[in-house]
Parts: sequence; C-alpha cells; structure tokens
Amino acid sequence: MTTVAATKKFIEATGNLAVAYAVKQVNVDFISAYPITPQTIIVEALSQYVADGELKAKFVNVESEHSALSACIGASIAGARVFTATSSQGLVLMYEELPVASGLRLPIVMALSMRALSAPINIHNDHSDFMSMREQGWIMLAAEDAQEVYDLTIMAFKIAEDERVLLPTVAAMDGFTISHTLQRVDVLDDEVVRKFVGERKARFKLDVENPLTFGPLALTDSYFEFKRQQHEAFKNSEKVIREVFKEYEKISGRKYEPLKKFMMEDAEVAIVALGSTVGIARIAAKKLREEGIKAGVIGFTLFRPTPKVEINETLKDVRTLAVFERHLSLGAVAGPHYMDIISSLDKKDDVKIYDYVYGLGGRDITTKMIVDTVKKTIEKAKKNEPMEVEFVGVRE
Amino acid sequence: MSFNKSWKEMEIGAVVKGGSGLLYKTGNWRSEKPIIDYTKCINCLICWALCPDSAILRKGNKVEVNYDYCKGCGICANECPTKAINMEKEEV
Ligand code: SF4
Ligand code: SF4
Repeated sequence: MTTVAATKKFIEATGNLAVAYAVKQVNVDFISAYPITPQTIIVEALSQYVADGELKAKFVNVESEHSALSACIGASIAGARVFTATSSQGLVLMYEELPVASGLRLPIVMALSMRALSAPINIHNDHSDFMSMREQGWIMLAAEDAQEVYDLTIMAFKIAEDERVLLPTVAAMDGFTISHTLQRVDVLDDEVVRKFVGERKARFKLDVENPLTFGPLALTDSYFEFKRQQHEAFKNSEKVIREVFKEYEKISGRKYEPLKKFMMEDAEVAIVALGSTVGIARIAAKKLREEGIKAGVIGFTLFRPTPKVEINETLKDVRTLAVFERHLSLGAVAGPHYMDIISSLDKKDDVKIYDYVYGLGGRDITTKMIVDTVKKTIEKAKKNEPMEVEFVGVRE
Repeated sequence: MSFNKSWKEMEIGAVVKGGSGLLYKTGNWRSEKPIIDYTKCINCLICWALCPDSAILRKGNKVEVNYDYCKGCGICANECPTKAINMEKEEV
C-alpha cells in the first residue's frame, strides 16, 4: 500500500504544455527565452500565464538566446527562481553562457525540446543539441513522454536549488515526438508542488553598500580549485537526485530512477536508449521475447551525472548490449552512451557492447528496426566481433 | 581571491567580495621594469595619464611606479618626452 496523496487531476497536454504547466506550478520568479521550434510553445504558454496574471513572474523578452540565458544568469544571481527553454541552434547560441551559469553555481532550470543541429537545417528530433551540453556543467535529465517531462521539470528545480548541489539543470524531451504530441498528463495540485519545491533560498543579498564580485578572474592560482568544487557538486547531486526522486514518488505515486529498467530481471540482452525511443524499445523487447530472445530495456532518465552505480547494478548479469544513440559523435569511436557505459563498468572484460546511431534529423525508428538490430547484436557478440559504430535506418 | 586555500574552503561559484581585483598583484607578470630617472623627469604627467594599469602614482610632487601592478608594458618609457624612463630586465 502506498501512502500517496496523489490527486486524480489530469490535463491534456503536449510535452511543451506540460512543461509550461509545471513551471507555472513551481511559481518561478523570472523567465527569459527566445522562441525557437520546437520549444516555442513553452514560452508562448508561459507568457500567456504571465499576461493573464496566473503566474506572477517577470517575463523578459530578449533579442536572442544568448541574451535570454544572460538575463537568466543575472536574475538567478539576484536570488530569483529562474526558467528558460530552448532547442537546437538556440541552445548553441546560448553556448557562451552555459558554462558561466554552471561556473557561478546558479540553479537555473532549462527545458530543451531536443532538435537536430544545423547544417543542413532540420527542425526534427535528435539528441545532438542535448549531447553537446555534456561538458558544460549542467545536470541533465531526459524524459520519455509528456508525463515524465512534467514530473522532471518540477524535480529539476528541487535538485538544482538544493544547497548541496547548486547546479543548473536541463530537463529534455524529444522535439515534436513528445513536445507536440497530446497526451494525458496527471498533475499535482499547485499547493502540493509548491510545498515540494519550497522557496528558493537566495545565497546573497545584492547590496551596494557591501558589493560582491560575480565571475571574477581566477587564474593559475585558483581556477583549478573552483573546477574541482564543481566536480564535487556533481558527486553530491547523485544523492540529492535519488532523494528527490523518492520524495516525488511519495507525493505523486510515480517512481523515478536514474535508469529505467524494463524486463531486465532475467534479460540476456539489453537495449539502451534515451527519450521517446525507450517506449518503442519496450515493445521491441516484448516482440523479441515472443521469439524466445530474453531482451530487456535500459532507459536513461539521468544522463549527467552519469549514473555509474545504477549502470553497474543493472548490468550485473546482462553482458550483451545494443546501444541506441540518437546522436553522432563525429570523429569519435563511439557515441556518448557507449562511452559512459564502458567507463562506468567496474568489470568490463566480458561485456559485449555494440553502438548504433539512428534517427538523426527525426528519421523514424520502428520496432522492427530495433528487433533486427538486437538480433544482429547477438550474432556479433557470439562471434566476438569488434565494435564499430553502425547506422540504423540510413540509405546505404 | 582565495590564495592557498583548499578547494573545500573556497567560495562556492567564486563569488567574492567586491574589489577583489586588488588582491591580484599583476606585477609578477612583468619581464621588464620601468625605472624613472628623476634628474630627467619634468613632471609632465604624460606617463601617469597613459599607463593602462594606473600603475604610475603621483606622490607629493613626483611620479612613482607601483610595482605591485605595473605589468612592464613600456608605454610610459615610450611616451616620456625626456626619455626619463628606462626599461630594465627583471631578475628572475
Ligand atoms: S611599464 Fe606599462 S604598466 Fe608599467 S608603469 Fe609603465 S606604462 Fe604602466
Ligand atoms: S612622462 Fe617622463 S617626464 Fe613626464 S612625468 Fe613621466 S617620467 Fe616624468
């Protein structure tokens, strides 16, 4: 029996609208963003909430994403609870400010409707914008559907603003596939959400009589120490993220874990994915089981910090993996998931892991494609073939 | 800035008191040092006005170099109308 105070309240929302609803409920103080497909609807809905007086936040219109994140940084320094949203080229225009937000330890929350990077221009989903954030010091969460992005957005504020963490956090969803797909989303009551996230505790009082310096010069004598500190904040965040997931389960009845596991108890081969593909992978795993292949699915909800503990736990008995990457690490031996898994495993001699790039620029992935790829993976593992990135769904 | 402290003790996010730039003695970047020859100096204040680091100070009725912040760029020596400033190699 669960002691859930879950309400039966739900809304019909796309991923984008689910994010906007969550942001309204956490009662942000400040929003700055610039419209870009497929994220636009998030800020459109938020500006409407502000205009209608449903959300008492300062909404600052700016001329570019670079300015949007800059404005967010200023507001976050001043102690505001801050939100922004973006996609693709918008994110890369913010790029200069991404490490500034994390280096200053500002708990800004960003929604990312993931979209392929130019050139050539493409508005559809892949994870190349999201994956490009890997080195910029943001906690990175990824949702599978609109429900998850609603939940993760609320949790992102609590994680980011925790005094043990103080790191900016991105909650991402697949552009269009999730951002524009209408779904039933179970929502919490405003008061429940507000109690859960609490008030943001400002670290400073901006006061002309007692001036502070934000972003000072830190050269050979001190820069290294500040980076070491950030690394520690990521370590601390692992614990906080697990706590927040547990606490959220109590109020919502929805269980979150850094890694989602599906039919992994007795699995002999695992499909690894992130985002909406996790859902397709579940169906593929069921199909494979009908054919006598014991497949399971591992879905990444937490991407940074890398859930090393969970990776080791989950892969204790499963040593054959088909890793699906909706991102191409150009010039690299393998994609980010592959590298994260390999580097996380304490014992890796017997693991057979094969990397597959799929779905770039929004190219569909089907159940059959996953089923076939898993079968191929099993063959490759049997023959002990070396790993070479393969492409699924490209015209040869 | 937090010189000599462990990373555990340093200010989170490098947020420090205002005016902390003063703690950076940038003088140690210098490879050449300006030396004023007061027998030639006519107190025109051109060096004082042009030093990009404000490292030339007015002390009483003469100019002086503040070696804590002088980076040794040599602008003062170049601009001095009486060639009263000599750039000398820093001893390492
Ligand atoms: S050498 Fe450059 S920094 Fe030093 S006093 Fe002269 S002008 Fe100023
Ligand atoms: S520029 Fe030369 S003459 Fe003029 S004040 Fe400086 S040192 Fe003296």
